[in-house]
Amino acid sequence: MHESILTHARSRYLWVALALCLVSIGLYVWHDPDPVPNGGTWLGYTLGTIGALLIMWLLLFGVRKRSYSTSLGSTRGWLSAHIYLGTALILVALLHCGFQFGWNVHTLALVLMLLVIFSGFFGVYVYLRYPALMTRNRENATRDAMLEEIAEIDQNALALADGIAPEIHAVVLRSIENTRLGGGVWTQLRARDGSDIAIARIRDAIAQRNTQLGAKPAPLKAGQTIIAMVDFLADQADDKQTEALRRLIDMLSRKRSLATRVARDIQYQAIMEIWLYVHVPLSITLLAALLTHILSVFFYW
Amino acid sequence: MAERFRIAIVGSGPGGLSAAARAAERGESHVLLEAEPHLSNTIYRYQKGKYVMDEPGILPLRSPIPFVAGLRETILEAWDESSARLKVNVRHRHEVKSIQRRADGVFDLACTNGAKFEAQAVVLGIGLQGNLRKLGVAGEDLPFVQYQLDDPDAYEGETIVVVGAGDAAIENALALAKQNNVVLINRKDEFSRAKKGNEQAVLKAIEDGVIECYYNSAPERVEALNAGRKPGRMILSTDKGRAQILLDRVIARLGATAPRGFVEACGVTFPSKDPASVPAISPQYESNVKGLYIVGALGGYPLIKQAMNQGYEVVEYITGSVVEPADAPLLKAKFSGLGGFRSVDEALARIQKNVPVLSHITPLQMREFMLDSDIRTPAEGETIFARNDYTNSFYSIVEGEVRIVVEGQAASVVLRRGEFFGEMSLISGRRRSATVVAGRNCILVETPRRSMNRLISSVEAVKREIDRIFIVRAIQSRFAPEATHEQLADMAANATLVRYKAGDNVFQEGEVGDCLHLVRVGSLTISRNIGGKDVVLTYVAAGNYVGEMALLGESRRSATARAAIATETIRLDGDAFKRLLAKIPVLKLRLQKEYRQRTAANLAMQSAPEGGDIISFLMAQGAGEATDILLIDESLCVRCDNCEKACAETHGGTSRLDREAGPTFANVHVPTSCRHCEHPHCMKDCPPDALRRAPNGEVFIADNCIGCGNCERNCPYGVIHMASKPPKKPGLLQWLLFGRGPGPGEAPYDAGIKKDGQAKKAVKCDMCKDQAGGAACVRACPTGAAIRISPEEFPAYAQSRR
Repeated sequence: MHESILTHARSRYLWVALALCLVSIGLYVWHDPDPVPNGGTWLGYTLGTIGALLIMWLLLFGVRKRSYSTSLGSTRGWLSAHIYLGTALILVALLHCGFQFGWNVHTLALVLMLLVIFSGFFGVYVYLRYPALMTRNRENATRDAMLEEIAEIDQNALALADGIAPEIHAVVLRSIENTRLGGGVWTQLRARDGSDIAIARIRDAIAQRNTQLGAKPAPLKAGQTIIAMVDFLADQADDKQTEALRRLIDMLSRKRSLATRVARDIQYQAIMEIWLYVHVPLSITLLAALLTHILSVFFYW
Repeated sequence: MAERFRIAIVGSGPGGLSAAARAAERGESHVLLEAEPHLSNTIYRYQKGKYVMDEPGILPLRSPIPFVAGLRETILEAWDESSARLKVNVRHRHEVKSIQRRADGVFDLACTNGAKFEAQAVVLGIGLQGNLRKLGVAGEDLPFVQYQLDDPDAYEGETIVVVGAGDAAIENALALAKQNNVVLINRKDEFSRAKKGNEQAVLKAIEDGVIECYYNSAPERVEALNAGRKPGRMILSTDKGRAQILLDRVIARLGATAPRGFVEACGVTFPSKDPASVPAISPQYESNVKGLYIVGALGGYPLIKQAMNQGYEVVEYITGSVVEPADAPLLKAKFSGLGGFRSVDEALARIQKNVPVLSHITPLQMREFMLDSDIRTPAEGETIFARNDYTNSFYSIVEGEVRIVVEGQAASVVLRRGEFFGEMSLISGRRRSATVVAGRNCILVETPRRSMNRLISSVEAVKREIDRIFIVRAIQSRFAPEATHEQLADMAANATLVRYKAGDNVFQEGEVGDCLHLVRVGSLTISRNIGGKDVVLTYVAAGNYVGEMALLGESRRSATARAAIATETIRLDGDAFKRLLAKIPVLKLRLQKEYRQRTAANLAMQSAPEGGDIISFLMAQGAGEATDILLIDESLCVRCDNCEKACAETHGGTSRLDREAGPTFANVHVPTSCRHCEHPHCMKDCPPDALRRAPNGEVFIADNCIGCGNCERNCPYGVIHMASKPPKKPGLLQWLLFGRGPGPGEAPYDAGIKKDGQAKKAVKCDMCKDQAGGAACVRACPTGAAIRISPEEFPAYAQSRR
């Protein structure tokens, strides 16, 4: 049955990581170097080597993920281990340096490592939370199906608006032009689309028309819901155009709900991917810093 | 006055054309009658640039016209050229409507255009496509009434009336509606015959006003108009009265009339009513009507090369020459392992003599049967197949004996010369129920599923014999391995085979139960009515029984058993069963034990009815006929598509699964991916028999695929498509270090660029049978969202998702 990355194989790697932590803490407490614990003692070197090997292995996950035909464990198992052992790395690295920090390349490596790990934590959070949100938001439709429906509503709305008035037609046309789904990183993450504007404009158009007809200006306020608007329309004189307008608003609100869902879908997907654009480049930087750290340590000898 | 020829050949497909060419080459008096204005209509109708393959590769070609794998155009051109060079006497637009054999042995052939011919011998090579059904009303042959649509984009801004409610009509209507005004005429009030996807699409198009549809309507007549903007009109009778449509074009897609009716009218008999059965023909391809020969697909030989060879041979036979069939060397090689081999005919006769079930079939069927089959001479003690293997071939014992190792029993059952085995998996489509080990001096004939099924459907006696043995063995293996055949005879005699359509009730909750059912093909769901709602409790796969509860105490059915898919059961009479229980006391104990387990499982499910909803949902997706299905937990899936990438990377660049498509219920998503059905729909009509089942159950496509697309059309789940191999990618390190793209998991450079003339073959999931670690999609899933399970695990799966 389905197992999440945290419970994979009865959380086998959680126990491995815990054991690693306990052994490291035990040795650290037992070991009493002179003058203070640091990276230069035998334990410091041992933990440093373990840490460096761990980093190398954690980096290999990127390779493993792309080795589709390997029979070396499942990707899920690797990811589970990647998370738990990556978390344990915080402790291993801190014990390795004996909590000594400074403004140097060594601490730079540590800071980079922590950044990588914490961006990874965000990733774990996102992976556990967003999939279910995404499914709920989609309501059993695919993104393509929703986009198709939007395009279709656009067509129908345009045809309907054509029969009402040129200004309404223009409003709908502009709404179609204004509906932008996806785009740059920021747009994707903000989950905004231009579909709201159309409804506001149509509302204005109704108000305007009513003013021209000598009726009272529509008592519509900004926060009013579409349902209220439909009620409002129903109260108006029963003419064909009003009826068409009401249908148009129905269509546009359906479109708006779809567009909102698509935008949110894109947002969720973007969030699930964006952190990797921090996690992966930082880990490559970490690799460089780590090599510099190791190399420079040899000059102390 | 009728023209007279020695040989009249009907149909200019590969078989007919080859026969005519051979007759022309030999200077025989002949005529080739073709309904269409071109040769080989079936191949002519292939899409432009289609790559035609020449399987089976081992069979040599024997024909005066050339044929090698290549483009449709090249092949047709070569055929036109050689038919002109050999001066084949072809008459186009001559559709034969009747063939009658006179008392003096001469055939009278009449064509729809009034032409008449006389011939001493007739070669029928009309294939299986049949004739397109016409409107059947006045005006059906007007120039703007067509029965086929090659390129929907060729029409623009027209009013087109599409008649029909099948897939072809819907697909045409939808494609034409893009730039035309389309009216659809449906005789019924629904589109029940169409595939689900097509039905939904057309209903939506009608609702949106893209297509106008007349339900419960039929064309009354079509007329050409001289005045007005439209060239014609159709008068339509609807349930609200008569209607008139002014139109530019009528496209009628009413299917084809199977050629069987015509063939039967010629006097040829078919062995059974089964639509898959083919007429019995002699080794010289002569039917039961003397002088009437049948070649090609109509006679059961769907491949181009086979048909061409037969066309050549049939002319030799008619003219009295002796010719060894082209397949003789193949058979000789096959029989070479057989001790004391003298000739092919002798070996065939020996097998038929030794195996009674094969004695009912004609020599030509036997030849075909042996061409497909393998002769196996396993050493003593060698395992022929193991319990739980997924193979589905059929074995006949020619010499020696085999032992069937029954689980949990020291003594094994011995089968001897003349008996057969392997019919259980062949029929149920499920795993082998026992291990079979070779005995001394054992010679077996192993027949693949397709050939055996063809034989079963064309020879009634074979079917009867296999069904009889199946029932006895099924009862024995499922209930009473220790019982003798005599003890079971009573029950077997009272057992009947019952068929159910998907959704039919086998029995209903509350009914009085007087029998039990052993599921032979398909599967059932067991449900109870709880609080007015049907709650599915469990799923029963082929090989298991239901209804025993009512015989063991309770007299009424405690639950409803419903066929999840098309299902066949063995109905065992309750009284006979009770008599058997009395004879074998241990059986009662065994049944009671199983009964207790089932009741406990049912109670567990009843306490968590949401689990039943998941089973119902899976069944609605056709999982009832699956053997292994990919499920994605959408609460874990991060939509990284690594599953699809892994599939593409391990399978020549084309993913065989579509993660996003497919329905979701309670976070359980059924992606578009092969379920490895028990009776795969894709295997139904594969000319080269390229769809196979591996021992672990994987349904895969072998390399001899000819790219005909039948499997793609037959798969109800849309998991097969046609693809050509993309170019090779650089390795991981090259990509990582030198930026050579595309990298692992990335789409190839020219994906989507269609190259004409490149061989496209069918691709589908093979469950990574050649991958060491198992299914790549599941292994590549980083979050554990993707799993593959078999239907037996559904109840447990449903419970795990509470």
